[in-house]
Amino acid sequence: MTAFRLAAGGLVDRSQTVPFSFDGARLSGHAGDTLASALLANDRLLVGRSFKYHRPRGIVTAGPAEPNALVTVGSGARRDPNTKATVAELYDGLTATSQNRWPSLSWDIGAVNNLMSRFLSAGFYYKTFMWPAAFWEKVYEPLIRHAAGLGRTDLPRDPDGYEKSWAHCDLLVVGSGPAGLAAALVAARSGLRVILAEQDFALGGALLSETTRLDGEPPVVFARRVIEELQANPNVTLLARTTVFGWYDDNVFGAVERVQKHSAVVDAARPVERLWRIVAKHAVLATGAEERPLVFGGNDRPGVMTASAVSAYANRFGVAVGKSVAVFTNGSSGYRTARDLTSQGIEIAAVIDTRTNAADTAPDGVRLIRGGSVVDTKGRQRLRAIVTDRGGFEELLACDAVAMSGGWSPVIHLACQRGGKPVWSEALQAFMAPEVGAGLVIAGAAAGHYRLSECVEDGARKASAVVEALGHSVAGFDRPAVGEEVDPSFTALWHVPGAKSKAFVDFQNDVHTKDLGLAVREGFGHVEHAKRYTTGGMATDQGKLGNINAIGILAAMRGVSPADVGTTTFRPFYTPVSFGALAGTSVDEHAMPTRRSPLHGWAARNGAVFIDAGLWYRSSWFPKEGEKTWRDSVDREVRTVRENAGLCDVSTLGKIEVFGPDAAEFLNRLYCNPVLKLPIGKARYGLMLREDGMVYDDGTVSRLGEAHFLVTTTTAMAGGVLSHMEFATQVLWPDLRVRFLSVSDQWAQMSIAGPKARTILQAVVEDDLSDAAVPFLAAREVRLKGNLKARLFRISFSGELAYELAVPAGHGEAAADALMRAGQPHGLCAYGVEALNVLRIEKGHVTHAELDGRVTPDDAGLGRMMGSAKHDFIGKRLSTRFGLTAADRAQLVGLKALEADKDFRAGAHLLKDGAKPSTLNDQGWVSSACFSPTLGGHIALAFLKSGRERYGEKIVVWDQLRGVETMAEVCNPVFVDPENRKLMA
Amino acid sequence: MASLIPCPHCGTRPRQEFSVRGDATPVRPAPMAADEVWNDYMHVRANPRGRIREHWQHIAGCRRWLVVERDNFTHEVFSVSDASLEQGGAR
Repeated sequence: MTAFRLAAGGLVDRSQTVPFSFDGARLSGHAGDTLASALLANDRLLVGRSFKYHRPRGIVTAGPAEPNALVTVGSGARRDPNTKATVAELYDGLTATSQNRWPSLSWDIGAVNNLMSRFLSAGFYYKTFMWPAAFWEKVYEPLIRHAAGLGRTDLPRDPDGYEKSWAHCDLLVVGSGPAGLAAALVAARSGLRVILAEQDFALGGALLSETTRLDGEPPVVFARRVIEELQANPNVTLLARTTVFGWYDDNVFGAVERVQKHSAVVDAARPVERLWRIVAKHAVLATGAEERPLVFGGNDRPGVMTASAVSAYANRFGVAVGKSVAVFTNGSSGYRTARDLTSQGIEIAAVIDTRTNAADTAPDGVRLIRGGSVVDTKGRQRLRAIVTDRGGFEELLACDAVAMSGGWSPVIHLACQRGGKPVWSEALQAFMAPEVGAGLVIAGAAAGHYRLSECVEDGARKASAVVEALGHSVAGFDRPAVGEEVDPSFTALWHVPGAKSKAFVDFQNDVHTKDLGLAVREGFGHVEHAKRYTTGGMATDQGKLGNINAIGILAAMRGVSPADVGTTTFRPFYTPVSFGALAGTSVDEHAMPTRRSPLHGWAARNGAVFIDAGLWYRSSWFPKEGEKTWRDSVDREVRTVRENAGLCDVSTLGKIEVFGPDAAEFLNRLYCNPVLKLPIGKARYGLMLREDGMVYDDGTVSRLGEAHFLVTTTTAMAGGVLSHMEFATQVLWPDLRVRFLSVSDQWAQMSIAGPKARTILQAVVEDDLSDAAVPFLAAREVRLKGNLKARLFRISFSGELAYELAVPAGHGEAAADALMRAGQPHGLCAYGVEALNVLRIEKGHVTHAELDGRVTPDDAGLGRMMGSAKHDFIGKRLSTRFGLTAADRAQLVGLKALEADKDFRAGAHLLKDGAKPSTLNDQGWVSSACFSPTLGGHIALAFLKSGRERYGEKIVVWDQLRGVETMAEVCNPVFVDPENRKLMA
Repeated sequence: MASLIPCPHCGTRPRQEFSVRGDATPVRPAPMAADEVWNDYMHVRANPRGRIREHWQHIAGCRRWLVVERDNFTHEVFSVSDASLEQGGAR
């Protein structure tokens, strides 16, 4: 037993000693302790330093609203900063360290801020922005960043697993106190599927800290009986250690379950935290009420706590928070704490009641000061004495703890997260949850029913209504007989007059009453302004404890009711949620799907360097021995294709098969160029427009049968084009008889390009590949040697004699390997997307670098493709708009660098020779650029105003990012083989 | 926006499975309709508060285009139907 651990009582198991450490000191507690109760039992009241002034701070509460007792739990990669000691379950080997202090908790250099506090008043942060400007970045920001702050996170990767789950239920009960247990029991007995979520590690809520007897027994006995019945019911899921943090549309709740945060040894097979998305037909919010602190001089001294916390530590954890406790109250609740302490044999220095005419009586032998107040506290790192005031007479009263009770605020956060504003109740002097519809009802203390019997009754009643609404009949529930109850009434007091030192409103953010006064005087009296100006209600506790007093003080200063001040906005999350839980399993390679081409293995065997292209890995280039840079490889690949032949993986292109009697008509409306008369066995280049007349995507259309087409899309737009086609058939023209299917993943497709392509391909294909049998733009089925059926398209992106061969995906690597073997005597090489890009720039073919959504077919030099005679196609009508047919539109041109040592980059702008570099003189832009091994210089594709009339003109390529200007000559964008002789060979 | 969308083909599914396109009210005009009509179709949108009709596609489900009628203030979903069953598509 330690000095502060009581000899008996509470729910901790004194037979189990649990060792832990705090700031390196080896301490021990018992099973059933929180870190806070164990620290208190070890006389470790000082647990942190405050955010701004670095004042010594102690534990204030026994729950999730704790503003001060934020510690770092764990170390290294398992370091959890800003953990509330008041909810952290004690476990064997827990290591905790205090925060925001240097070099140590008891001797903290930052405490000098406290002496400078008049320079750190409300809004000081914003005032540092004002002058001189250079001071902000150099002086203020580094200083503030160093001095302020709470816990620190660490960089090593989190070794633990997290997961997400959906759950569905008839009734979600949030909170397992008297109201929550009664609601769950009624619903479960009536046959509903129930989920009961409790943020604490033990179920029972307030019943765990309560002394009023139920059915003549301690309330925890009643709680256990109910929990056992619920556990035995297969329709009930009990989720302890689970915080419901958010209420979302359609009655979906977000919750986080701390599955194994209470263990030093983590089982890798299970997650440490689980994020629940709970779809609830109905929910009962039984989250209880929060006791308010009193705002008096020196109220942040370690040892000052809420009265309910003092009771909880005594009743539930068997811990005395002090040897002599003063109770300071504005209502009856303080007297309950006084009785709890007396019955545990803890000395009470005095009960100080701000009311003069209250009927409450202090326990026998305890001094009662009616109409009194506390105006100051003494002591350094622990309270030593308080200064009381009654009618102007001050008295120094020795004590080492204060139990303060400022009244009660229902915990209504979840109910206010979807736009409903809290409603002020004059009778209860508290903000209540708004009416939010039948999906979510509030029960028990959260609904302002503070008495134990009312809580049980209200929980049962609200659950009965849900049972009936769902068409079940309500099962019986005998209400327990409740012993002597506490009257929870109080007389609201937002701040105690006559404070002799700083009276804190928000402990976590060091906001005191004078800060609020300054905010009002400087025009920031609106509750949302005051929050930002003073920082009151920010950070990890979001003002759970302090906001109500801040609102009361603002109301008094402005001379209005708290109803007129209102509250700041409630948003998820109720308490902080770890990034790990939000990410779930979406980490590393699981963050996004990885798409590997069916030819990935072939490319890897040939030494490909891969590049991420959306979800795809594409082979970029294939370095050979002796090649020092990527350019060496790419230049060699381009030359090999132009001289011999190359093999490139083009499997990532989108492929969609289109069937049906109206397939031709459908595609004719989808593409800007005519499709109706495309002969069977032929392919055609196709352009799809958006309805606004701009190019959307390009690809090929092949007719494989009268009512069977295959269209290809670019890699990037494969998904978008499929949706676009689905929209066209389902919404625009549902009468067309057409069906289609994405087959992108079903086919491995490779391009064989170069003068020797036919010879090489013929070695693996059974059918005749002569120009007469397979002419340019042929599209047909062929049979490979070994009898594999394949599809062959004589299409070319490089400008060379070229084919695309498609085989079922599973046969891709075998086919590519066979082609490599057949091509070896002819000098065939593998080439990647970089060489493919150079080859197509040399040939003047466009990609999405050109077709960027601002470009019409005519801009891209493809105006002749437009099927103007067609009745209709997507984009037809608006492509004739004035602006889209203007003569000075930027048109696709080629550029040749005139200075051998200077290159181009995409994104550079074009200027007339001699024009001042300025966007006012902008003539166009470079869309694609490369070094052309074929031409031996830098070339580019660009868009230039009236460009097709300007071939031969010298122009300046202005790259402002790199500060480079390069002279270039405007030319036809087709640099290689403009007569298409190679293509048709 | 709603957390759940009741797909007429797949049942109630999480919103993340769907993709929104926008206002479902405009009907594609006849090819040779006047400039103003096409301008309205392409560019002019009412921005009401309250009940709206939108095109959503169940991309991770049946891939059907749907008309979702919902309240853009309360986020309540009133009805979801298959877009091909809607009247007034252009011919």
